[in-house]
Amino acid sequence: MRWTILVPLILFVVLLGFFGVRLTQMERGDMPNDIKTVLIDKPIPDFTLPPLIAGSPGLSSADFQGKVTLVNFFASWCVPCRGEHPLLAGLADKVALVGVAYKNKPDEAINWLAGMGNPYQTVAADFDGRVAIDFGLYGVPESYLIDRQGRIRYAWKKPFTPEEIRDKLLPLIAELNK
Amino acid sequence: MIPETGQFALILALLVALTQSVVPLMGAAARDPARMALARPAALAQFLLIAISFGALMACYVTSDFSVLNVAENSHTDKPLLYKISGVWGNHEGSMLLWVLILSLYGAAVALFGGNLPAPLRARVLSVQGMISVGFLLFILLTSNPFTRLDPAPVNGNGLNPLLQDPGLAFHPPFLYLGYVGFSMAFSFAIAALIEGRVDAAWARWVRPWTLAAWCALTLGIAMGSWWAYYTLGWGGWWYWDPVENASFMPWLAGTALLHSAIVVEKRDALRGWTILLAILTFSLSLLGTFLVRSGILTSVHSFASDPARGVFVLALLGICTGGSLFLFALRAGKLVGGGLFAPISREGALLINNVLLSTAAGTVLLGTLYPLIADALDLGKLSVGPPFFNTVFLPLMIPMVLLMALGPFLSWKRGDLAGALSRLKFVFAAAIVVAIASWLLAGGSSGPLWAAGGIALSAWLILGSLLEWVERVRLKSGFWRRVRNTPRAAHGMTLAHLGLGIVIAGITGSTAWKTEHIQVMSIGQSIDVAGYQVTLDGVQDNVPGPNYSALRAQFTARKGGRVIVMHPEKRSYRNPPRPVTSAAISTNFVGDLYVVIGEPDPSGGYVTRLYYNPLAPWIFLGAVVMVFGGLVSLSDRRFRIGAPKRAAAAATAKA
Repeated sequence: MRWTILVPLILFVVLLGFFGVRLTQMERGDMPNDIKTVLIDKPIPDFTLPPLIAGSPGLSSADFQGKVTLVNFFASWCVPCRGEHPLLAGLADKVALVGVAYKNKPDEAINWLAGMGNPYQTVAADFDGRVAIDFGLYGVPESYLIDRQGRIRYAWKKPFTPEEIRDKLLPLIAELNK
Repeated sequence: MIPETGQFALILALLVALTQSVVPLMGAAARDPARMALARPAALAQFLLIAISFGALMACYVTSDFSVLNVAENSHTDKPLLYKISGVWGNHEGSMLLWVLILSLYGAAVALFGGNLPAPLRARVLSVQGMISVGFLLFILLTSNPFTRLDPAPVNGNGLNPLLQDPGLAFHPPFLYLGYVGFSMAFSFAIAALIEGRVDAAWARWVRPWTLAAWCALTLGIAMGSWWAYYTLGWGGWWYWDPVENASFMPWLAGTALLHSAIVVEKRDALRGWTILLAILTFSLSLLGTFLVRSGILTSVHSFASDPARGVFVLALLGICTGGSLFLFALRAGKLVGGGLFAPISREGALLINNVLLSTAAGTVLLGTLYPLIADALDLGKLSVGPPFFNTVFLPLMIPMVLLMALGPFLSWKRGDLAGALSRLKFVFAAAIVVAIASWLLAGGSSGPLWAAGGIALSAWLILGSLLEWVERVRLKSGFWRRVRNTPRAAHGMTLAHLGLGIVIAGITGSTAWKTEHIQVMSIGQSIDVAGYQVTLDGVQDNVPGPNYSALRAQFTARKGGRVIVMHPEKRSYRNPPRPVTSAAISTNFVGDLYVVIGEPDPSGGYVTRLYYNPLAPWIFLGAVVMVFGGLVSLSDRRFRIGAPKRAAAAATAKA
């Protein structure tokens, strides 16, 4: 028997191995459409943003030193943001929560927050989406957890679910606060 | 009561399939005619039981029985009857039931029409079919039961995705599955041959019609899906290299290779081991497609309810089926080498190169499709592989193949005369160049890309070369009709199928290279010039009622010369589930399509409109139909109907 006759079988077994690995990873929640960020453990991009509401403080990269902060990109035109919003209210006392209105007209974003409630300590406005580009934003909502040294430690590139907050976000906040 | 009957029939079918997979196989090993004979009634009973089960699910859909979870999730009383019926396979569970129905249909067909097969071969083939059935019936019953009840039953259902509510898509899955699942026949024949340790010309003749039937259905299924994408998705594209499309294309490429290598086995008794391997791989690629689509392991625009748990089950089926058969192949294939010898330049040689190119093409599509998954598993990041990759690797493989397709039929078996074949084709070569230059100039010369001329040249080379071969065969002289009748239908079929591909290539070239596209805001009464047509937006009417939607309906008038065409594109808002769907208006004159889409109203009072002219686009689908027709003509060949000579006789002649 020539060994070449085994090639198809060997290739197939390797392929099965890859499928098996991926299915196991998917069982653990790593779905193929989950986008990771390359910015994990990197300092946040350098930026300065004006406030959404005139007269209140804006937001810049210097504001992230010394405390654990969750940055949430949202927009009034974004339907999934509407679903995520009530969950953010539950986070307001656990982490410094800041919001960035992404490509949103100020009065529309302000009206939206007035109607839905404003859980954010600070709300900045990224009208042209330039800062969002530096964060590598794919869409809204997206959230980034920043540690006391101003490094991005976690990114969630879709609407939060109660499970994600309970199982991943809150334990990580507790750890970073130690 | 009806859903329970369906489920009960499915469980009975599983028991029958178990019997079918064990008893005839043991009977064949023991040369026991009684146990071998069990295969036929078992295959028929299995088909009958699955048909009852499928009928029961269809009855639940037609009567809108929302106490059945599957119906409540995928149907709605508002839907037209056609889409209540097509809704049966518009979801994971129902489509798997269709899958096993078609599988058992092929088994029943072998039982009914396989009278000319030797009893042990038939028993083994049906037994392997039974094993595949057992796997998939278990999959349905354990993970994807379509008959699960819902209590309390909702007042109405969730409805079917409106994009799927389309006549083109209603029959796309059945044809696709007739193709996918049809390749299980070639697979079963291959496994039976490996068990027997015997592959010969008679075997190839038995396996070829089943492969051909599956190939025809798959070609039609893919073409229907592509056509649907072309006229519904609203931007005039017809192929996206999406993982799910690739999942249907890979078995097609491998199946096409199999059709050609089986000819070599039949005529020259060569390439035996390779043909067996191709038969295994073709069906394995079908199974792989099923796995990729159902497990959600790749990101695709086509979404089935994806579920890793189901993925594990299909992966296990794939592992047993393909792994087991490749293992058997490794054990037995050593016996299959040898057979007829041939010179590199010969019909066999040309068919071998065709096989190498087609399987390399299938391999590259496989690599491109799975690369995101491999990268993900190795933690190289999330990425996707798009059209640039596929176009770059696929075209260089197809160009030599098409060049060879016109040449191959001119070469004789065993030892061909390349110089002679080329000299017979020299006028075809010259004509192809002339056609290419003429059409390039006609399409506006340098305003279109230069490669378009190359595409048209390839198309003309293939079409004219195939026609020349046919003309030389039947000789347009006295006795023409007699020669046409005496030529085997398989030869006519080949000419037609190759012509069809030539037409498809022209369509692809024209619609890609010379497409014109105008996207703008148009106010009522405004006109735009699109490829010589003066297109006017006459008016827009809102809230036009449909059976289960309301539509924004526009009227366009296109004028060219004295011709006036009135077109009505729509933007439909479906009620259940609420979703907008564009319905393009297409006016075709068979040389090109004028393609009109109405979009959102603009604050200025106008409407966003998209107007395209897609030259030669209808040829893509027309060509596919010609290919299928060629396959059917070949299928009607006398030698498939009459059957192969008895094996012993064939062996005797081979020795003599």
